[in-house]
Amino acid sequence: MRAARLIMGMPIEIEIVGEGESIRAALEDAFAYFTRVDEEFSTYKESSAISRIDRGELSLEEATEEMRHVFALAKAAKEETKGYFDIRRPDGHLDPSGIVKGWAIEEAAAHITAEGFKDFFVNAGGDIASSGHNADGEPWSVGIKNPFAQEEIVKVVYPRGRGIATSGSYVRGAHIYDPHDPEHPLDEVKSVTVIAPSVMRADMLATAAFAMGREGIAFLEGLPEVEGYQIDTTMTATMTSGFGRFMQSHA
Amino acid sequence: MKKAIIAAVVVAASALYLFIRTPAASATQPQPVPISANVPSTTSAGAPPAGASPSGTPSSGAASGSAPTAPSSGQYKDGTYTGPSVNAYWGYVQVRATVSGGKLVHIAFLQYPNGHSASQYINSQAMPYLTQEALSVQSANVNIISGATMTSMGFRQSLGAALSKAANS
Repeated sequence: MRAARLIMGMPIEIEIVGEGESIRAALEDAFAYFTRVDEEFSTYKESSAISRIDRGELSLEEATEEMRHVFALAKAAKEETKGYFDIRRPDGHLDPSGIVKGWAIEEAAAHITAEGFKDFFVNAGGDIASSGHNADGEPWSVGIKNPFAQEEIVKVVYPRGRGIATSGSYVRGAHIYDPHDPEHPLDEVKSVTVIAPSVMRADMLATAAFAMGREGIAFLEGLPEVEGYQIDTTMTATMTSGFGRFMQSHA
Repeated sequence: MKKAIIAAVVVAASALYLFIRTPAASATQPQPVPISANVPSTTSAGAPPAGASPSGTPSSGAASGSAPTAPSSGQYKDGTYTGPSVNAYWGYVQVRATVSGGKLVHIAFLQYPNGHSASQYINSQAMPYLTQEALSVQSANVNIISGATMTSMGFRQSLGAALSKAANS
């Protein structure tokens, strides 16, 4: 059973293989979870905890355990990417959406697993956690969008339980900037897709690699258990050395 | 500091690798010059073709100052050799190699991409392993699609702008 909702300003699509009331309920639980996360972490809601922290009305110590966890994840991400991943925007405001999305997908997937389901995927805005097999008993297949023609798929991969995420400039404009040089337009690379042990890590690394421009793919190559597929403005894809093994449906 | 030294050694090894594998067959100038040739890169007339044996015609002098010296016993002729500026994907790399006693004794970086603090770390290891392909459209018969979809920020900004426009008109 598959369902989709627009939450956190993005399409969220979840499929749990099978039919029945328990699956319907699990899907609703997952969507409700994303709505709760949005209430706490939305920078667009004045009443959200993140907006109150941003305005200095709420300290991190007073915030929820979840909020502190997200801040800790963001801090580690900033260190690992040498500042390319930063939840503080150039204007000084907090915007943790780059890490909240991946984290929320992972939590939602963990909840579905805890409810006893093995075969499912959670796709929030193109960032995907998947588990087990599809309804045909095959590994889940993921198509990477053509950044030049969005209705087209230019690569098919099988993440086999790993997380996959894509960052790019083709929809959201310059929503990702180089924190070391905010004025520099990121126009050489159109999109970066990352496969990593978790979707949160894939999401964070895709964001950071995209912000690095052409060096992003080399950065990914240097990381263990991480593979990347970078599409540049010449319509050429550059991939890391281990990416090829995800192009086959079986390991 | 120890890390930095190790990183530098890895960088040097990678660059040397690049330097050596640079194709030498091109007829256009400037020519890539492999280390095994006894040809300082900026020497023009009378230079033997790149890739000539080290025992070939002695060259007239090294562009970078130190002239080749007496016959050497090693694989290379003594002197200082400047390599071509090579596009190493992330930027340009150019090195100068010093041969003494027939052996490579020093490599200096004349050009090195260092626009970002992360460059050295990144460049030192990754480049030789990356592969490229031209984009080609695949079957759209997949379970899930990954792409940079419209998320919160763009969606709401766009919506907000549209609404404020609507309000003003």
